[in-house]
Amino acid sequence: MDGFGGTTLRINLATGEIKRTPTDPAFAREWMGARGFVSKLLYDEVPRDADPLGPDNIFIVAPGVMTGSFSPVGSKIGFGCISPATNGHADSSMGGHLGPELKYAGYDLIVLEKIAPEAQYLYIDNDTVELRSADKYWGMGSIDLEKRMKDDLGEDFQIATIGPAGENGIVFSCITHDFGRQAGRCGVGAVMGSKRIKAIAVRGTKSLPAHDLDAMTKLTCDIIERTKTHPNMAPWQKYGTAFFVGWSNERGCFPTKNFQKTYHEDWKKIDGERLVEECLVTHKACFGCWMNCGKYSRARIPGKPDTYVEGPEYETIALVGGSCAFTNIHHVAYANYLLDNLGMDTMSGGSTIAFAMECYQRGIITKDDLEGNELRWGNIDDFEHFLRMIAARRGIGDVFARGTKGAAESLGQDTIAFASQAKGMEFSGYDTRWYPAQLLSYCTSDIGAHHNRSWTITTDIELGRENYKGKAPVVVYLQHIRPLFDTWSCCRLFWGELDVTPEEHVETIRHLTGWDVTLDECFLVSEKIWNLNRAHYLERNGGPGRKHDVAPARHLSEPVPDGPAEGHTVGAENFEAMLDEYYAARGWDRDGNPTREVLDVLGIGFAADDLEKIGLLGKPLPGGIPKVRGQKLKPKAM
Amino acid sequence: MKIKVTKENCTGCKLCLQICTITHKHEINPKMAAITIDAHFPEPGTFEPRLCVQCGACAQACPVDAIHLEGDAYVIDEDECTNCEICVDACPIGVMFTHPDAPTPIKCDLCLKCTEVCNTSALTVVE
Repeated sequence: MDGFGGTTLRINLATGEIKRTPTDPAFAREWMGARGFVSKLLYDEVPRDADPLGPDNIFIVAPGVMTGSFSPVGSKIGFGCISPATNGHADSSMGGHLGPELKYAGYDLIVLEKIAPEAQYLYIDNDTVELRSADKYWGMGSIDLEKRMKDDLGEDFQIATIGPAGENGIVFSCITHDFGRQAGRCGVGAVMGSKRIKAIAVRGTKSLPAHDLDAMTKLTCDIIERTKTHPNMAPWQKYGTAFFVGWSNERGCFPTKNFQKTYHEDWKKIDGERLVEECLVTHKACFGCWMNCGKYSRARIPGKPDTYVEGPEYETIALVGGSCAFTNIHHVAYANYLLDNLGMDTMSGGSTIAFAMECYQRGIITKDDLEGNELRWGNIDDFEHFLRMIAARRGIGDVFARGTKGAAESLGQDTIAFASQAKGMEFSGYDTRWYPAQLLSYCTSDIGAHHNRSWTITTDIELGRENYKGKAPVVVYLQHIRPLFDTWSCCRLFWGELDVTPEEHVETIRHLTGWDVTLDECFLVSEKIWNLNRAHYLERNGGPGRKHDVAPARHLSEPVPDGPAEGHTVGAENFEAMLDEYYAARGWDRDGNPTREVLDVLGIGFAADDLEKIGLLGKPLPGGIPKVRGQKLKPKAM
Repeated sequence: MKIKVTKENCTGCKLCLQICTITHKHEINPKMAAITIDAHFPEPGTFEPRLCVQCGACAQACPVDAIHLEGDAYVIDEDECTNCEICVDACPIGVMFTHPDAPTPIKCDLCLKCTEVCNTSALTVVE
């Protein structure tokens, strides 16, 4: 089966039974991998009332069609489950080397069912697949454990781990690999921990079959040669995503003090320039990538041990550095290390602590809640103490272990108004009050407020930041193309920053697999996944859909106090009008429920049947659904 | 002509391993490459690409004279090689590689493809 390892594993953790089946070629072609595999399996297999951290959730490890191939750039692997943060579909991907290694071991998909009776790790060495005791590893930090397991098993194993946070069910726990690459979002680490799986270790030495290796090699070599001189190549190689820190501040979208502000006066103290000058140890790339956006760094803080971590990337600098108001890049890098090693997403983790800092600022939590400690803006010692309270679920740390939404629900006092989250997932590192399409993107996303679904900062600028009309169809387009890379399982940045076209990606897939696939077909796959995830979300959480697509009050009605975006806010009426336009562009009804017509067009009429049974099928649209859902507009690069 | 390794420039991307195997084995399989990258993490956080420096120790050790100097590179004659792996033991820097699916040891033949794809000048050609 060209392009694939050939084998699917299904493991019942309660009984230890390991079942191998040949990967179904029709399933692979229809859903393409990673996010697609996850979407269909979750829909088919997880009972709608299953507790995300209980035995009936499943945990999926899924590389995709491009993973491990010679292409731009098949480094990715997806993890899937029902999210403990959103109670909906979760897929979270990461680069590094694990996905390719798994394909070289011969595996396209792993489904873990139920809960192991004791701490275990999944050991894969080509055809050898075993559940092994992880007693001696339980409790260890993610990075510490990866090093320990490489010492125990061999440097040539690729290893993914969870930290104490994942063991303790913190809803924004991540999975870590390659000393700083994460499947960070959706709380996939918490679900892995709930299964009592501490790590996955893989070694693969087999070849990945390709349909037309010569054609794929020529295409990829041509792309390599062409992109080496792209104007974005040099800044990306030098700074990685940290380049964006100044860019975002200048455009008034840099989260500062828990999004109270959108401009950080001291951003130059925590930007990419400062990172490279003061902390950089080495540039670091994912498998097969010639852009090396990873910045491996060392934090040096008097009185603390030197720490090493990949990052901080833009999102970490924004949501830890800006949102917690740090003014020292070493502190941001150290906080990055703490979050990584404890096993928490730096984005939701940073946001949750920033939210707690604002609660402290307002007197909603006090020293009495903090074991006598404080929680001051930009204070690394306060940050560390509180972070460890969360990881261990000590005292009020247990409240914030549920993320900003869960904490706000527990704290009351209208704290939900300044919890920057959608559907239980914290915003990415871009404020939205001058960027309404970004707000729409966050609030309509299938997994909550994550920019990897739709990032529109340059689109908002291009179409006018004070304009609201006409943007929703572009958001729909972006919600199809951006997650497409997570379905193909390749890095999105070669499209977004280096102008490698989606058509070239599809051509790669054709050479790799022999499929007669087109870009139009891929878009329909991505739209199908989006709609299936929407149906699944409604089936789990009730309806109508519109009641879930809610913006935090701060982002609707609190004008930005200063900086480039001073005075701007979106306004509830404008937001609701954008939602109307969005639903129409998707072929959903005004309640935000998918219609049978659109689900039938996408080949998932079964979801219409399921929605109809619970009264959440959208009412037919008077004029029918749009022939093409979404309007193409490629965002300009920085 | 030889390949110069500047390990400080290596990012660990393994493009060189990929193109090496595609070129010589017509396979996608970086574990079958004539290059390896040792990664030293979390500390000190360095990559170390390693490949043949064409010293000829393997050719001297080969009991069936299956390794010949062709231009600047020592090349394994796969028809002559008996896969005894004496050359692997003889290599002073551990860059005669083996793989369970490869019929002979694997070594660099200076095709230079790796230097063409490397985007950080970790591998460059010097005369």
